Amino acid sequence: MSTATTDKRAKLVTQQDRRRQEVRLGWMLAGPAFVVMLLVTAYPIAQAVYDSLFSLRLTAPDERDFVGLQNYLTVFSSTDVFWRAMIVTVLITVVAVSVQLVIGFALALLMHRAIARLRGPLRTAILVPYGIITVVSAFAWYYMFDINSGFVNSWFSWVPGISEEMDWFAETWSALAVIIASEIWKNTPFIALLLLAGLAQVSDDLLEAAKVDGANWWQQLTRVVIPNMKAAIMVAVLFRTLDSFRIFDNVFIMTNGDAGTEVLSLLAYRQSIMRLEIGLGSAVSVIMFVCVVLIAVIAVKGFKVNLAEGTGSNAGQKKETK
Amino acid sequence: MTEPRQIPTKLALRGAGAASAAMLLLTGCGADDGAPVLTWYINPDDGGQRVIAEQCTEEADGEYEIRTSLLPADAPSQREQLARRLAAGDSSLDIMSLDPVFVPEFAEPDFLAPVPDDVAERTTEDTLEGSLQSAIWDDEIVSIPFWANTQLLWYRESVAEEAGLDMEGEVTWDDIMEAAESTDTYLGVHGVRGESISVWINALVESQGESILEDPQAPAEELETSLDSEAGQQAAEVFSTIGEEGLGGPGISSMDEEQAMRLFQGDNGSFMVNWPFIWAATNAAVEEGTLDQEVLDDIAWTQYPQMEEGTPTAPPLGGINLGVGADSEHQDLAYDAVECIVSPERQTEYFLTNGNPPSSEAAFEDPAIAEEFPMADDIREAIDNGAPRPQTPFYNEISETLQDQFSPLSGVDPETTPGTADEHIGEVLRGERLL
Repeated sequence: MSTATTDKRAKLVTQQDRRRQEVRLGWMLAGPAFVVMLLVTAYPIAQAVYDSLFSLRLTAPDERDFVGLQNYLTVFSSTDVFWRAMIVTVLITVVAVSVQLVIGFALALLMHRAIARLRGPLRTAILVPYGIITVVSAFAWYYMFDINSGFVNSWFSWVPGISEEMDWFAETWSALAVIIASEIWKNTPFIALLLLAGLAQVSDDLLEAAKVDGANWWQQLTRVVIPNMKAAIMVAVLFRTLDSFRIFDNVFIMTNGDAGTEVLSLLAYRQSIMRLEIGLGSAVSVIMFVCVVLIAVIAVKGFKVNLAEGTGSNAGQKKETK
Repeated sequence: MTEPRQIPTKLALRGAGAASAAMLLLTGCGADDGAPVLTWYINPDDGGQRVIAEQCTEEADGEYEIRTSLLPADAPSQREQLARRLAAGDSSLDIMSLDPVFVPEFAEPDFLAPVPDDVAERTTEDTLEGSLQSAIWDDEIVSIPFWANTQLLWYRESVAEEAGLDMEGEVTWDDIMEAAESTDTYLGVHGVRGESISVWINALVESQGESILEDPQAPAEELETSLDSEAGQQAAEVFSTIGEEGLGGPGISSMDEEQAMRLFQGDNGSFMVNWPFIWAATNAAVEEGTLDQEVLDDIAWTQYPQMEEGTPTAPPLGGINLGVGADSEHQDLAYDAVECIVSPERQTEYFLTNGNPPSSEAAFEDPAIAEEFPMADDIREAIDNGAPRPQTPFYNEISETLQDQFSPLSGVDPETTPGTADEHIGEVLRGERLL
């Protein structure tokens, strides 16, 4: 056996040792965070799943009965309550996210193209609604449209369909319109910011090449810009969809679920906190959790994007290995 | 407490602020003298309970010290916080200000410490009947009445005169609905989806000599409501007429007790059913200059409207009872403190300073009360005739379902709504449907 072979083997062993040490170090560094994550997310979810199998009322602690999946059956069979809330939630989510995406993209383009001097103030102005706490913005929108204190009716009574005596929160459609509008106003800046980051990632070389090939503005946008910022769009859509699906504050403040505006999170709140029926409330929460996971999976699969590609360095590495 | 606030918002906030500041000060420097500290969870008021806490601490002469802790503004939120703490065995719940409708829910699982017989006897010997009933569960006194509340029919004299109504005689719901229609004014009723809907339905049913619950003590599975009856349909008829004919004004679906008061004080105000807090609030508004003296001069009151002429009225009952937590470490001292808090003199003072009527008959006898509250005799009569809301541990479920079914007012159908409400309440109580 030559000295060269021995040296090589020794080098290999050292490399393996170092890799093992690095893995160990990695676990030591990430371990505490992993444990905390388990404590704050996995434990409550497991507890909710467990509680959802019992008929348990907080003010009747001695009457705790195991009922299996009965709570889920009750939830699913309450057509006019659960399914209605589900439809309202999905409707709010779809409309709000679609509109936010369109307006957010327009704002992102505006910020991207704005001359350097205007860029800072423009971003700050656009971000103001996002900086406002949701409950505060919900109150602001409520007081704007409220029949007693609102100014909308008197300012816009010249618009067909709006009168001085219009009670926006009395009818399902008008109440939902205000809720969705407040949701759009509040969260569009978030989407705009994410899309702005996506726009910045689109290489100028690609755009130059497209221009040289004679592509017009629309072709550049649809064939070059959007496909190259797919990851950013997906992250924006996913985050906003999940947030909108969990909508609570706006509805709680403006209608408290009246006029057929009850959403799933409000339903869970009503069962667990107001009725103190921990079992039923947990069942609704678990169903919401499953929906959220489904949305995430569908979004990731639907956009065919690897989230890791979102960062420039990873994307570069991937290209090299190909 | 049934009504959202017994006092104007500003005053309430000031009171709450002062209470919090006092809490901070007490937390910082209290307990040095070694006296056991009793925590009294209070509903927001104009600072009256904090003052009583200070007075009783002084009177105890070192035996105990009462500190107040502020609960949320509305009764359902107060219930939520107290229920969670009681279920968790929180030992800080020495004394609690409880809305009487939630007393059975807390008494049934033994969340409340038993009331010693001698304390029960001394504190309820002259309690008005309606208020006393609200303190009982399972034939036992489980909480101590602190103050009582009821609703009156408030009216604008000018409107009643224009409509040709004799307010000295008997007044029915039909009378005031017709009067509002003929004078093109609005009725101050409570159409918002909330506790006030249940208060209103119960009063309408009770005013016909019927009750929503056949057997309030029955377990959840056997509990039955009887809204699908002549009385229930008549009650629904009042809701439906006001809703469909727009007699409550355009903002009816968001109108709670305070909104109703503002509508009543406005140009289109005519008649209003509401708690006595509106008297203090209207006087305060005039003093602050936000309301004309003419409005105050035009306001008068009488007993809650009847459902049918000649049938006695049964106005809503509210107020606050005091309970002692079963996990409190100082139950005996807490009951000593409760005795001090609910003494007739303190109830009188509380009425004069905070506008919340006493539950003790003797407390009404102070001449200062008649001077400050010219309607005091009417309030006392109404409390005596008042009917409590269903006394059951499942009141919250019943109330929430009623709110769901009877709002918006314009959607109420006297033919079908009461039956659907009965059906839904049964299903909710048997765990077969969500609320």
